[in-house]
Amino acid sequence: MITIKEYVMPKNIDKAYEYLISKKNSMIFGGGAFIRMGSKNIALGIDLSKANLRYINEQDNEIEIGAMATFGDIERSEILKRFSGGILSIAIKDIVGIQLRNIVTLGGTVYSRYGFSDLITALLALDAKVKLYKGGVRTLEEFLENGSKSKDILEKVIISKTDGFSVFKSMRNSKGDYAILNLAISKVDGKYRIAIGARPQRAIISSQAMDFLNKNQINDKAIEKASNILASETVFGSNPRGSSKYRHEISKVLFKRAIEEVMANEN
Amino acid sequence: MKINVKINGIKKALDVSPDEYLVETLRNNGYMSLRKGCDTGSCGMCTIHLDGEAVLSCVLISAKADGHEITTIEGVQEEAKDVAKYLVDEGVDQCGFCGTGTIMSILYLEKCVDNPTDEDILHYLRGNLCRCTGYAGQLRAIKRYLEAKNDEGSK
Repeated sequence: MITIKEYVMPKNIDKAYEYLISKKNSMIFGGGAFIRMGSKNIALGIDLSKANLRYINEQDNEIEIGAMATFGDIERSEILKRFSGGILSIAIKDIVGIQLRNIVTLGGTVYSRYGFSDLITALLALDAKVKLYKGGVRTLEEFLENGSKSKDILEKVIISKTDGFSVFKSMRNSKGDYAILNLAISKVDGKYRIAIGARPQRAIISSQAMDFLNKNQINDKAIEKASNILASETVFGSNPRGSSKYRHEISKVLFKRAIEEVMANEN
Repeated sequence: MKINVKINGIKKALDVSPDEYLVETLRNNGYMSLRKGCDTGSCGMCTIHLDGEAVLSCVLISAKADGHEITTIEGVQEEAKDVAKYLVDEGVDQCGFCGTGTIMSILYLEKCVDNPTDEDILHYLRGNLCRCTGYAGQLRAIKRYLEAKNDEGSK
């Protein structure tokens, strides 16, 4: 159960930050759905609903997704459906039900660096950047690793507009359930980028497998070898959804399915 | 704190506490069609429309509704009756507990997707759990309902 003593809805991010640093036990609210599941005493809840952060904008070289864009917005966005095989829309379509996706926000998920997230894995494969109010622009990869050193607010996620193609795969007990493991591969300018998440720890880049793919000609043998490299270099954990051994094995399957789909798109 | 909302077309100013969820607020104000099922955003029974979008009122903090328009099944009674007829005809309304949420999701699907495929229907209904009848009958009922609406529209 959560308790909130005071709840404010600032009209802009400057005011939101003022509130955030005004009290020790303050907290930013995105959709607020996941917080519902936990137990917390919050002195000041700061809701960004009225801070004009709900948007998906296409610029010449970038796509910007505001922190308060909901998963529903991302799923339905024509801009994102067109971009890189529609990976972002695809990655979130199996998350619980549409009514929850119409509440959950990009900012709430990314800033919290949830390990179970499907969206983060897809964004990581796209080499997305995050724009923090105080921390400025950082790569998502670095942000996932180090988080924010002090209280901050995620303003938006920035994705470079490239002509690449990306694929997202996940293993779940049933559609709508949390992923047991997820994996995303993007190919931009001939270079592969692989992200693996729901390990169940937060998503990471599979750098050795990526390096192998980028230095070798891709054939069945190379795919087999890359899948083994990926499984070996990744640290998997166990939780009620699956054991580390199980995740180790299915990582190879997800990888093969994803890379084959990327290659099929090229042909 | 006070929030200003429009519920089923009527403007209301409601007193809510900062950690109150919309399902409670609405039920406390007489909108008893809303079922409180899982209370964790999983079962879909508390589905309402917020500015026309289907959302789960059990995980939506009431303050977030400030300045927005809420539709509960009380506000779409005629449409709901039409849908319910097909659910009953297919025998997929046994205990009825999930019914209001399911109907709100069906109305949302109808609004969002023209001529939905079976896959579309299942996708939009995935967030609504039924523990009595399963989903094959629901799918039949929804398809029959949408076909009938299409036939009506083409007349």
